[in-house]
Amino acid sequence: MATLEIRDLHVTVEADNATKEILKGVDLTVKQGETHAIMGPNGSGKSTLAYSLAGHPKYTITGGTVTLDGEDVLEMSVDERARAGLFLAMQYPVEVPGVSVSNFLRTSATAIRGEAPKLRTWVKEVREAMERLNMDPAFAERNVNEGFSGGEKKRHEILQLELLKPKIAILDETDSGLDVDALRVVSEGVNRVRESGEVGTLLITHYTRILRYIKPDHVHVFSAGRIVESGGAELADKLENEGYEVYTKGGASA
Amino acid sequence: MAEAQNIPVGSTTAGQIAVAAESTVATRMSAPPSFDVADFPVPHGREEEWRFTPLERLRGLHDGTAVATGEGVKVDIDAPEGVVVETVGRDDARLGRAGTPVDRVAAQAYSAFEKAGVVTVPKETVLTEPIRIAVHGQGGVAYGHQVVELGAFAEAVVVIDHTGDAVLAANVDYILGDGAKLTVVSVQDWDDKAVHVGQHNALIGRDATFKSFVVTFGGDLVRLHPRIAYAGTGGEAELFGLYFTDAGQHQEHRLLVDHNTPHCKSNVAYKGALQGDGAHAVWIGDVLIEATAEGTDTYEMNRNLVLTDGARVDSVPNLEIETGEIVGAGHASATGRFDDEQLFYLMARGIAAHDARRLVVRGFFAELVQQIGVDDIEERLLVKIDEELEAAV
Repeated sequence: MATLEIRDLHVTVEADNATKEILKGVDLTVKQGETHAIMGPNGSGKSTLAYSLAGHPKYTITGGTVTLDGEDVLEMSVDERARAGLFLAMQYPVEVPGVSVSNFLRTSATAIRGEAPKLRTWVKEVREAMERLNMDPAFAERNVNEGFSGGEKKRHEILQLELLKPKIAILDETDSGLDVDALRVVSEGVNRVRESGEVGTLLITHYTRILRYIKPDHVHVFSAGRIVESGGAELADKLENEGYEVYTKGGASA
Repeated sequence: MAEAQNIPVGSTTAGQIAVAAESTVATRMSAPPSFDVADFPVPHGREEEWRFTPLERLRGLHDGTAVATGEGVKVDIDAPEGVVVETVGRDDARLGRAGTPVDRVAAQAYSAFEKAGVVTVPKETVLTEPIRIAVHGQGGVAYGHQVVELGAFAEAVVVIDHTGDAVLAANVDYILGDGAKLTVVSVQDWDDKAVHVGQHNALIGRDATFKSFVVTFGGDLVRLHPRIAYAGTGGEAELFGLYFTDAGQHQEHRLLVDHNTPHCKSNVAYKGALQGDGAHAVWIGDVLIEATAEGTDTYEMNRNLVLTDGARVDSVPNLEIETGEIVGAGHASATGRFDDEQLFYLMARGIAAHDARRLVVRGFFAELVQQIGVDDIEERLLVKIDEELEAAV
């Protein structure tokens, strides 16, 4: 069973000619089949955690370990992490001019699966996945994220999640900027992947709204660069009612 | 990154597009067209037509100091049966009919060549194999002139392949008879030090179709000036270009489509990728719709993909319309970057860095490459693109 283990993770960024520590000792274990929600106020370091796990060059790991089934994730390049089974659905997916969605998906699937998917089954697989996400087939011929609406970008991220079938999926504020209909479609996509039982999900969000659609097994409150409280789904209800003030008061500034 | 502008019939616009009473395309050149180099002053670099070009790297083509050497370039022509291939003297009446030199180097080429090549496809001859013209630089200075003429209703594909090292100023005339169809692929696959300047004039007959691919990879400095004019109504021109500009290279493509005849079409699409310090691509797209050219339909587009820091693009579309009675006229120019965030995004989907770059550049060029229709050239271009990328990373 795939397990992602984060131990005492410290991360810094360079900003305004100064080094700033963003993550200050994160401990978390995510197992295949589990869904963890990480909730916290803006600036608490949630997205930094997501991008650090994926290997974004902007972030420097200054301490701690991350392993996937015992393998050292921090030693891997960005593409190696993806091929090892880590997937990051990004909050702000990037436009890639000149690359069509269909070409991108196939190249990516080939890299992740280690061989090119058979063309006939692949076309069907993509078409069906797009239908489930209410995506127009013409979408496949557009350039990656170029001119996509906010909702289209998020659907495209979840489309990749469904096709690439990672061991660990990190969803960085996938709910932000979505109207209720889009949120429902995207959440259903995530749930289809979760129901396979093959993926461990790390759902990063500012709002409790998405947790009405995607039920977490564990909820963690993130503040000032670390997890300050963990609990079950009931913790989300508490946050819904009380907000983050109780965690951010008292000098724990982000 | 897209920025497009379409001009509805009869509208007035501002900015790069001028609805002009007199053509600035014509008047902004420093001298009127002429076959005689003496009619052009030596450029100093601030002229409109020279301001992007590093004159010191022209190796004397612009100031009369570049003297032709014995073995400048070697030209081999391989033509299918039915094609007439000739080498002619300066006084041959068929030279210079498609257009007159518009700048000093083009006039220098016309004033200095000793022999010219003339390739003729007789009327109603339809070729199934391309005519191949291999221009191989042998390290010297050369001036040249080549004519490709198609008789009425003839059809041909011509591949002009430039390789080796040379300092070359050479013009090409394409003359299309009524209803003729000519596809030209001009590949500039020069060695690193080569300098190549030329004016390519196409004169398109009534109902004739001219399709051109200008593909520039090599050279220290390449500056080409494809120009289109129409000899009768119903002519069509499709001008496609690809360039891959590396560190230190200057690649300049200046186009002019002169809609001087009613009911003609033109479509221009040039795409370039740039990488490395001092890579400089220049694209000038001039389209002139003269007052007589009612029913004109024209569109021009330039796209650039900047792969690394240190590269520079100058892209200047210019559309001048002297009549409102047209079908359509538009242009678009955009320059986008392939940056670290894009690389991260693709790598985060399991794609290795060099594959990510290749994916982006191949995708960017694919729509143009696929239209060439000459298999060995298409394959060679894709291989070449991969080589360029390998060399860079």
